[in-house]
Amino acid sequence: MRLTRRLAGLALAAAAAMPFALAPAPASAETPPNMLVIAATIDDIVSLDPQESFEFSGSDILNNMYGSLVSFDPADLSKGYVPDIAESWEISGDGKVYTFKIRDGLKFHSGNPVTAKDVEFSLRRAVAMKKTPSFILTQFGFTEDNMGETLVAVDDSTFQLTTDKKYATSFVLNCLTATIAYIVDSETVKANEQDGDWGNTWLKTNSAGSGAYKLVNWKPNEAYTLEANADYWRGAPAMQRVIVRHIPESATQRLLLERGDVDIARNLNPEDIAAVEGAEGIAVDSDLRGRIMYFSMNQKHPILSKPKVREALKYLADYEGMANSFLRGQYTVHQAFLPLTYMGELKDQPYSLNVEKAKALLAEAGHADGFEVEIIVRTAQERVEIAQTLQQNFAKAGITATISQATGKQTLAKYRSREFDIYVGAWGPDYPDPHTNADTFSHNPDNSDEAGLTGKLAWRNGWDIPEMTAMTEAALVEGDREVRAQMYVDIQKEWQRTAPFVPMFQKIEQIARRDSVSGFVTGSAITAAFYWSVTK
Amino acid sequence: MSDTDKIGGQGGAGAAARVSPWLVTRGGGLLSALASVLITMVGLLFITFIIGRVMPIDPVLAVVGDRASQEVYDAAYKEMGLDKPLLVQFGIFLQDVVQGDFGRSNLTARPVSEDIARVFPATLELATLGVLIGVVLGVPFGVIAAVHQGRWPDHLVRLFGLFGYSMPIFWLGLIGLVIFYRQLDWVGGPGRLDIFYVDMIPSVTGMILIDSLIAGDMTIFRNAVHHIVLPASILGYYSLAYISRMTRSFMIEELGKEYITTARVKGLSEGAVIWRHALGNVLIPLITVIALSYANLLEGSVLTETIFAWPGLGQYITTALLSADMNAVLGGTVVVGLCFILLNKLSDVLYRVVDPRAR
Repeated sequence: MRLTRRLAGLALAAAAAMPFALAPAPASAETPPNMLVIAATIDDIVSLDPQESFEFSGSDILNNMYGSLVSFDPADLSKGYVPDIAESWEISGDGKVYTFKIRDGLKFHSGNPVTAKDVEFSLRRAVAMKKTPSFILTQFGFTEDNMGETLVAVDDSTFQLTTDKKYATSFVLNCLTATIAYIVDSETVKANEQDGDWGNTWLKTNSAGSGAYKLVNWKPNEAYTLEANADYWRGAPAMQRVIVRHIPESATQRLLLERGDVDIARNLNPEDIAAVEGAEGIAVDSDLRGRIMYFSMNQKHPILSKPKVREALKYLADYEGMANSFLRGQYTVHQAFLPLTYMGELKDQPYSLNVEKAKALLAEAGHADGFEVEIIVRTAQERVEIAQTLQQNFAKAGITATISQATGKQTLAKYRSREFDIYVGAWGPDYPDPHTNADTFSHNPDNSDEAGLTGKLAWRNGWDIPEMTAMTEAALVEGDREVRAQMYVDIQKEWQRTAPFVPMFQKIEQIARRDSVSGFVTGSAITAAFYWSVTK
Repeated sequence: MSDTDKIGGQGGAGAAARVSPWLVTRGGGLLSALASVLITMVGLLFITFIIGRVMPIDPVLAVVGDRASQEVYDAAYKEMGLDKPLLVQFGIFLQDVVQGDFGRSNLTARPVSEDIARVFPATLELATLGVLIGVVLGVPFGVIAAVHQGRWPDHLVRLFGLFGYSMPIFWLGLIGLVIFYRQLDWVGGPGRLDIFYVDMIPSVTGMILIDSLIAGDMTIFRNAVHHIVLPASILGYYSLAYISRMTRSFMIEELGKEYITTARVKGLSEGAVIWRHALGNVLIPLITVIALSYANLLEGSVLTETIFAWPGLGQYITTALLSADMNAVLGGTVVVGLCFILLNKLSDVLYRVVDPRAR
């Protein structure tokens, strides 16, 4: 049979080919000096449209491609909002009209000048498209019906916005630094409009900004590539090209970093961090991020709604123990709802593991013999470990907890429909103003089931708090920055004592980099990454 | 299930294939073959569609996120057509599919067809090389083991195969990377190319090995080989383990038959007896085994793709499933289904080539 002879021939050919296949590769050099290569997990990007995007990796890429009226200075995030596309602004006597003067000579990547018309188009676009993050702007009273009067380009270099009532200036300006308020090139976007979609379909996979970088391409689940914008107003970036590769596996990220095929690895797990720490040519930095890990108790539960029981459970979490063991390097103990570094932060840590105290509190509440509860948690390693640690310590006080694991989406559905006892999860701020977390943790204007305020964690937990809701609303309109910050401190002190929420940790991001790379800014707790400041 | 059970099953499939003589009477046969493919595909889509809709994942929440207001949620619910009855939804979906429109993926914001055109060639390239390695090494290994049944070459092959079966693939992949990429620097790292070469040649087939040859760029071709050789070898090892084991058992059965004794008595050389007569006769069930391994690899190996940051079909479908991105899941299912059906048909054709009785 000829075929068998052919098969034998193939086998021979393959045997001959093996040495070729395993021949040494050309020694892979370090990445080129003007190119930044990052390994990260970026499969959460679902859209590059700033008026739609609401994911971590999406914020990172957009922060580098777009400008906004006000933004953060990568050299010093603690300064808060600073002028960007707006060179200056004025606020009317009644505190409702903000007039922005647009910086001269700015250009989009397309070459079109940046004008007040573009600002008007971008902000109206955000309001009209009604995508998930649109609430960040519509909370100031902008609607599709009134945006013709409330968001207006007076002339090419003057933009005016009018809020429905007086708000704290810092609140309004902080919200304008958010991704939703990034300014898009109106001519380019309009040219790509289909069926009145405001160019959304097109902008999901393209860019039309004026930022430090322009998009070369985005291949979902694979990589995105950016090219420097030499005309950027803060100065041309040092890195000509930035490539962010989607590397889902920590061990793979580590190998690439060790070989010098990437400059920065952003998602190493604690084991891999420990392994590269102190390795030659590699440095590890830590940075606080905005995410808060907490557990909460449903106030519709007959026992968990008793104040003494709530307090008891706060003494049954082993904060230090967890932070020093399986969460080491990834989380730090934090017991308030505003992330550290936020305006109005509260550093107090009144709670620690104290089984005796918890037992006494439970006895006072009439539950000396304990009770049974269910903890729901999504199947994610660190969250499940937290739930298990809670379970063990609850048991010491006689509380029998069962853990129900499910996918994130399933757990969330239970949480949003208020069908749970105890929830273990995380919350990240949506925009860099204290109200972002106050709005969800300490604001609940209507606790009825019919209200369906699923976006507010206070509502999800059935926590009826008219007084604290009023305090939160008062902080929203306080004009003086210092006074406002103090108001958040006061709210959190009261909240820390009474809330059915038990914040435990704040996220730390550990970034491993080649030690030749410097200036990478993650954005810390308040904003997203900057590639503009990177040098090697 | 023992090997013999499998042989029985495959023999049955082979016999059934022989009955439908579409090579003989092309016209009617082709039509009925097409009809059976169509019915299979619609059934496959229907089941996938229903499973996708009854899964306890809220596809709207998956799109708009946890922070969406009720108004945003309701708008998305309507836009996705979820307010219509299930059967109507399926009807609309089917209508679009017939026109080649699989809808848009929620995760990538692109048409699913465009996504598949990007991820499938990556998997096809990897799977094809993997199965080639599996066949080229697995078949001779199996034959050698059968011929030396019970002696050391047999034990060696079986041990080698067993190792392949029992090692978790992500572990093998990582160890492979540590040894051949980090320590020895023999192969390229994760990904399909070094980043300097990415997007440097026009994409024609989407398979870099072929595109670089078309472009005549040997540097990129060599780089692509360096990147694909390790993941392909690891996938190849897995199909090798399966193929060599099946070849061995087919051969052992064949070598025990009377005609083999007759051939030997006639004075044929041992090589001719083994490689021509015996192997020639086990080719038919072997083709089924190979087609099955190939089809399995074409589904995309999620773990291998994850370790090697290989942007293929497996990762695409898995991510889509976990996020209830049903358009993407259904699109991926069609591709995998088509692969199975086409490989089945291809096996039918090959049966006729190697089996004189079927000509």
